Amino acid sequence: MVNKETIQTWTEDGVGVIQLNRPKVLNALNRRMVTEILQTMEEWDRDDEVSVMIVTGNEKVFAAGADIAEMAEDDSISLELLNQFAEWDRLAWVKKPIIAAVNGYCLGGAFELALSCDLIVAAENAQFGFPEVNLGVMPGAGGTVRLTKLMGRAKALEWLWLGEYMTAKFANENGVVNRVVAPELVFEEAMKLARKIAKQAPLSIRMIKEAVNKSVDHSIYEAMQYERKNFYMLFASEDQKEGMKAFVEKRRPQFKGK
Amino acid sequence: MFETIEYVTENNVAWIRLNRPDKFNAFTEQMNLEITKALKEAEKDGEVRCLVITGNGKAFCSGEDLAGVKQDTDHAEILRKRYNPMVEKLANFEKPVIAAVNGVAAGAGMSLALACDFRILSEKASFIEAFINVGLVPDSGNLFYLPRLVGHAKALELTVMGEKVSAEEAKDLGLATKVIALDQWEEEVSAFAQNLAQKPTKAIGLIKRYLRKSWDADLSEMLENEAYAQRTAGQTVDHAEGVQAFLEKRKPVFKGR
Repeated sequence: MVNKETIQTWTEDGVGVIQLNRPKVLNALNRRMVTEILQTMEEWDRDDEVSVMIVTGNEKVFAAGADIAEMAEDDSISLELLNQFAEWDRLAWVKKPIIAAVNGYCLGGAFELALSCDLIVAAENAQFGFPEVNLGVMPGAGGTVRLTKLMGRAKALEWLWLGEYMTAKFANENGVVNRVVAPELVFEEAMKLARKIAKQAPLSIRMIKEAVNKSVDHSIYEAMQYERKNFYMLFASEDQKEGMKAFVEKRRPQFKGK
Repeated sequence: MFETIEYVTENNVAWIRLNRPDKFNAFTEQMNLEITKALKEAEKDGEVRCLVITGNGKAFCSGEDLAGVKQDTDHAEILRKRYNPMVEKLANFEKPVIAAVNGVAAGAGMSLALACDFRILSEKASFIEAFINVGLVPDSGNLFYLPRLVGHAKALELTVMGEKVSAEEAKDLGLATKVIALDQWEEEVSAFAQNLAQKPTKAIGLIKRYLRKSWDADLSEMLENEAYAQRTAGQTVDHAEGVQAFLEKRKPVFKGR
């Protein structure tokens, strides 16, 4: 575990919070920050005290993009060897729910980070975009893939080609963002949402995430087989017994994650 | 720092004075950009709790300087580059904004006044929807704000007829908060601004934000918006002070936070 230089983390009410913390450079994502985020998430994924994770910036900005200075002198071969995006693959393997709470700019690598989360809560004044094209490159950590899956090919191409910024409202209407709230209340709303999810049966939450992710990548038939296996598996859990018993007895269930 | 406007702040009030009096304060590209820049400064400046836009000389603002319009001018690009960012900035400006209309406000000059929260008019002031008189349509938010202020039918009448509207008529139409006699102009504008600058600025910003949202929201959305707004206002220093002052039976002193 590396020391956390670029992020701050804490946990409250079963929610693990990662705050991007390079305010002097508008939280630009460098490689160290991605490593620290990943290590924190993987640690929390195995920690019973954490049910849901939140990634956030500060009240002014989520993050303005990747650290350009860090990669300006890279060449194809050094990047291929460095294989930095392997860490982004591991981000996608995190089992527990992750919510991005976004104020202000969420651009480039930061937008990819938000898209790597499961849900996005955005401020009314949040702005999302992929300006990579303006620097003669393109997104490299899933931007062209995830945006396309969410809003469709034609719309995604326009945003990726022009490098312009979309409003939170547009992102919300096009399936990219889950909720749009007042800028002052973004973190509070994300916490509320996180606490609600944290109260649900943890195994259900994880199995649902896994099945939904399968449905994005696989054929309907394969994804449905997968869903079915997860469904059967939950019937081996104590929480399934408790949930159904509580329903019959007309009381609130007490879930344990077992 | 600015050439076509004067920008000063005093006693929590920022003043933008359009300063091309020999051209009746007609807009040039530089003036549009300078106004937008001054708006950004006033927005960032925590000391500023009210903004006044007014004109130096006889006019408030006579609109686009037609001397710069040529046959191949792309009017749409002028709007996108110069006027629209200025109007958007005003729409999202979360502090009270007064148009102190000291004289004629014509064309885009009228649009500028419409984009403000309050219009206080000198008895010498007037509005003219001048666009039609040169074969153009009202722009810079004019077609958005005008019907919301005076109603559809009157908006159509004013924009199609292109006739001068006196200060008194403007007040009757709901285009002006008040009309001020010439000899009390400076004093009353200052007093009006000072009064606004002492109010709970954050709450005013929230009122502006959500009143604007009400134009394209239904009741359920607005009830939810009000809940958000009240949650935010409920956490301000000024709200705490308001309650405290009420309990202590004294006048509240708001800090704008």
